[in-house]
Amino acid sequence: MRLLYFAWVKEKTGVAAEDVDIPAHITTVAELMAWLKTRGPEFDHAFARFEVIRAAIDQAHVRHDAAIGAAREIAFFPPVTGG
Amino acid sequence: MIRVQQEDFDIGAEIAGLKAGRGDIGAIVAFVGTMRDRSGDHAVDEMTLEHYPGMTEAELQRIESEARSRWPLQASLIVHRYGTLRPSDNIVLVLTASEHREAAFRAAEFLMDYLKTRAPFWKRESGPHGARWVEADARDRAASTRWDKIKDAAE
Repeated sequence: MRLLYFAWVKEKTGVAAEDVDIPAHITTVAELMAWLKTRGPEFDHAFARFEVIRAAIDQAHVRHDAAIGAAREIAFFPPVTGG
Repeated sequence: MIRVQQEDFDIGAEIAGLKAGRGDIGAIVAFVGTMRDRSGDHAVDEMTLEHYPGMTEAELQRIESEARSRWPLQASLIVHRYGTLRPSDNIVLVLTASEHREAAFRAAEFLMDYLKTRAPFWKRESGPHGARWVEADARDRAASTRWDKIKDAAE
């Protein structure tokens, strides 16, 4: 699965985009974030305040309880600040 | 119409393009968001706007469709810039056109409120005090959710 990170989430993970094999038992965005946190100190730091991080599945906003299902692309980012 | 671009936009040319050959438009509202040289107590010299290519366009189109489903608009345009900007530079342009002014006024405000809380852009400011990611403003969230209430009340 393609994972993308933006703004300070990208800065903290040190990764903009990556292809990752997600363990089969992970079914929601919240579970995915908890798993990402275990991937090393950078990810632990980036997802420390995971409740403020927003997610998008296939380029549409979703809540943390959203099912990952057959997602091709999941993105993690801070609350948006455009306009 | 929506556009995401690095380069500046010409407001006069965009308005002229929107109404060219259109006799059905009686009101055009334009909103331009520009860059300030201060953020709270800090001076800001430069701002970099990051975005999520692909989702940005998709989200702006969803926001524009939502506005056009709520108000009778003859035309609309959102142009949002990304990249590095300096104080007084243009950031965003919203144009709405309708037969009478009310729809254009309200739709322009709605588009900006929704864009602020939904379009995937992130601002990073830098100045004499260093660089920092701009934090989302709770007032923008409140401005956006009031339209949900208005919609609920209408149903």
